[in-house]
Amino acid sequence: MTATAAITVVDLRVVRGDAVVLPGLSCEVEAGSVTGLLGPSGSGKSTFLRAIVGVQKVESGSVDVLGHPAGSAALRSRIGYMTQAPSVYGDLTVGENLVFFARVLDMPEAAVDRVLAEVSMEESRGRLVNRLSGGQRARVSLAAALLAEPDLLVLDEPTVGLDPVLRRDLWELFHRLTERGTTLLVSSHVMDEADRCHALLLLREGTLLAHATPAELRRQTGKENLEDVFLSLIEERT
Amino acid sequence: MSMRITRAVALRVLGQLRRDPRTIALIVAVPCVLMVLLQQLFGRHSPVFQDVGTPMLGLFPFITMFLVTSVTMLRERTSGTLERLMTLPLHKIDIVAGYGVAFAVVAVVQATVVSLLALGLLGLDVAGPNWLVVVLAVANAVLGSTLGLFVSAFAETEFQAVQFMPAVVLPQILLCGLFVARDQMATWLRAISYALPLTYAYDALARTAANDVSDVWFAIDCLVVVGSIALAIALGAATLRRRTA
Repeated sequence: MTATAAITVVDLRVVRGDAVVLPGLSCEVEAGSVTGLLGPSGSGKSTFLRAIVGVQKVESGSVDVLGHPAGSAALRSRIGYMTQAPSVYGDLTVGENLVFFARVLDMPEAAVDRVLAEVSMEESRGRLVNRLSGGQRARVSLAAALLAEPDLLVLDEPTVGLDPVLRRDLWELFHRLTERGTTLLVSSHVMDEADRCHALLLLREGTLLAHATPAELRRQTGKENLEDVFLSLIEERT
Repeated sequence: MSMRITRAVALRVLGQLRRDPRTIALIVAVPCVLMVLLQQLFGRHSPVFQDVGTPMLGLFPFITMFLVTSVTMLRERTSGTLERLMTLPLHKIDIVAGYGVAFAVVAVVQATVVSLLALGLLGLDVAGPNWLVVVLAVANAVLGSTLGLFVSAFAETEFQAVQFMPAVVLPQILLCGLFVARDQMATWLRAISYALPLTYAYDALARTAANDVSDVWFAIDCLVVVGSIALAIALGAATLRRRTA
């Protein structure tokens, strides 16, 4: 384990029902960086993220996060987690949702204003979440994950369904967060977001195809387009 | 356990209910209508209405709160918000207690309205103190909601959650002593009735109606009801899993 690893995963094996989702995954995520977890739908991305935040039943292997075993009580105030389906209350307003999570986290109400600005949702504070579009709901869910100014942000497909301007704004936010020392692990199935990450984890059928920077992957495969990089890595394996 | 988080959860649940005025109206109006029906069916001065009316004031909140809580909790489980809560710095018991407090507040409104109607307009006579009827009705509601929280762990869909009402609640109503006095039941049925919390809740209300509250059995009834609520909260918290498959 290097001194700068925020997450260290060794031989992580997860079985759901009779399906082996992660047969034995090992990797490290560098502190203070944006690491992209890329892979097609069903590759095990969400399961991997759930194991890191400690809500996934794990068959074997170890996951250490910020120096503690994943799921430790000590980590709960230090990790912000955004689930793939927006996990906010549809029958409450945007503001009521965030005030609730702020109270649970013992954060002042000013934190609600801060995160609303960070996800550009100030104007929607009084709107009912059920009336929002899918992308807006996802941003409320992200705002809730940002409330406690966590050391580690685990975001499961945070930019799905967003228009390009908002996507750019969110990626700028993610990079600003790394400047204050936050580590981000962001999953996506959109390859064009890969270039915005410092490091990439390419996952397919529960197996890590590569862990490198976008530039290294291009050099290694000789391909320019990251979609082609992924394809040639798959072909190398088979 | 944290008072701050329990309060936050309770306020949130109440905020959600506030957005659903129809449910609130049903919670309060349905028992009132049923009470009027009962009185009209048997007549104001009939012994049946006078004997059954007071325990009914506890049964209605017990049933409605059981249903409302188990469906609300199931929604929390299936919507992903429970998974988020499980990653936050809170104790599982804070969530269950928060739900219990929120539905107790609703139960106070429900029990007060139904009791005022029954004791005032409908002419129900209670020999014991009237305020005790309201307190016991609220205790019934809290018992119902904590049991609902617990069984919601065994339901995967809202259809299943609703089916737990007849499965868990009806046997308790049949055996609590309302239909057949418990000393006239077959021995094995009486043995089962001793194990069911509603038996004690019913008995406490029946004793209040007869002003039999200085009896030691009344104190035992109250202790068992409070103990059952605490046990259901503990079991409800135990069935919340931080890690799921």
